[in-house]
Amino acid sequence: MQSLAAAVVRPQAFRNTVRTFASSAARAQAVPTQKPVLNKEFKIYRWNPDEPAKKPTLQSYTIDLNQCGPMILDALIKIKNEMDPTLTFRRSCREGICGSCAMNINGQNTLACLCRIDRTVSKDTKIYPLPHMYIVKDLVPDLTLFYKQYKSIEPYLKNDNPPEGREFLQSQEDRRKLDGMYECILCACCSTFLPQLLVEPGRVPWPATLMAAYRWMADSRDSYKAQRKEKLQNEMSLYRCHTIFNCARTCPKGLNPPRLLPRLSSNLPQIERSARLYCMERDGLILNASDLRH
Amino acid sequence: MMSTRAVGLGSAFRQAALKPRYARNLAVRSVFPKRTIQTTSLPPSASQEILNQQRLRRPSSPHFTIYQPQLTWLSSIANRVTGSGLGVLLYGYALAYLVAPSVFDSAHVIEVVAGLPDIVKYAGKTILAAPFAFHSLNGLRHLSWDMGKFLSLKGSYNAGYAVLGATAVTTVALVLL
Repeated sequence: MQSLAAAVVRPQAFRNTVRTFASSAARAQAVPTQKPVLNKEFKIYRWNPDEPAKKPTLQSYTIDLNQCGPMILDALIKIKNEMDPTLTFRRSCREGICGSCAMNINGQNTLACLCRIDRTVSKDTKIYPLPHMYIVKDLVPDLTLFYKQYKSIEPYLKNDNPPEGREFLQSQEDRRKLDGMYECILCACCSTFLPQLLVEPGRVPWPATLMAAYRWMADSRDSYKAQRKEKLQNEMSLYRCHTIFNCARTCPKGLNPPRLLPRLSSNLPQIERSARLYCMERDGLILNASDLRH
Repeated sequence: MMSTRAVGLGSAFRQAALKPRYARNLAVRSVFPKRTIQTTSLPPSASQEILNQQRLRRPSSPHFTIYQPQLTWLSSIANRVTGSGLGVLLYGYALAYLVAPSVFDSAHVIEVVAGLPDIVKYAGKTILAAPFAFHSLNGLRHLSWDMGKFLSLKGSYNAGYAVLGATAVTTVALVLL
């Protein structure tokens, strides 16, 4: 018991001496900089599955921007920590590589962690979940269909004869073919605002999926190109792209899925460039759409 | 062990552990108040049912009503709307002519239009000319995409602005025709 008491007392004494030593005269005199209060209003989409009869509402939160990090995600975390712990959203890496915090901010799909807070206080910031998705809670959409479609293109390397006992090498040139595609983080920003979703919901190819399909076809190590090609040969996958460019406009990683269309067709002789040429050929208006290209 | 010794709980824990089972339960019961909330246990299979019930009622998030107006999707929607409108007009007029050729023949139409006041004439011409010009020119933009041109975001925007400008010029020219 004696030794215990000593153990408790000694660090206490030690800590006291350290503290006086550390709090030097200069530090004691430093005047803390006082930042002015900069209140901004955030309006956030709320819906609670435990009260399903209630309609989704926009809830308003006002926070001081000078006591908050620069990004929308910082504001959301601040609101959750300090004001309303029931606010629900997905987030993980806070640096735009996991794709969890995709949401609609001020009318545009983007990642909350990459989107700066607009510091004009007079305008509020509206935050909705990704559009046209079923809501699980608040800002969390159900992405089951998105993942299902992604799974359907078999997004992994398929090769029956991988080299044995050594690495599977790729030339720098072949590796460069994947640039602009491998960066996709599957945040679903591009895939949730397609005007076609209004016309033909559930049957639209999603840009992220098309891009992933091409990413595996373009890989020099994949030996299932023909089968992958065959899978895209229908009206509902490749030819439903109407080159609207919403996906490129909104992509937080700056990728451009429609740009791949001509590359897709030049890589795959059977696949034509667009729905228009495909349908013309199918209807007998032109003989061979690939002739038009050369 | 160090921490329990420090707080002086060591002996209490030891006593509780060595006591017979019923006595331990008694001691615990006296510490915690009786729970007022009753829980029912469900088999794991019931969770799917609850989840499905929740899923049936969940809302779909808002889409084009909240999305920022952008040239990309607005020009695409305008292309569809003008195309459908012009198609309906063409087929509608053709069918009407089939049904009542004496009312809808060229001579009658010219007669009716000539009798209208100027302002109505110009308004009507604008309403017809603008969708026609936009749809035709935007069609060229689509064909250029099909040929692999303007496939960057910037290219798409530039082509879009060019189409808008050309539409304005063409509409004015058609109206003044």
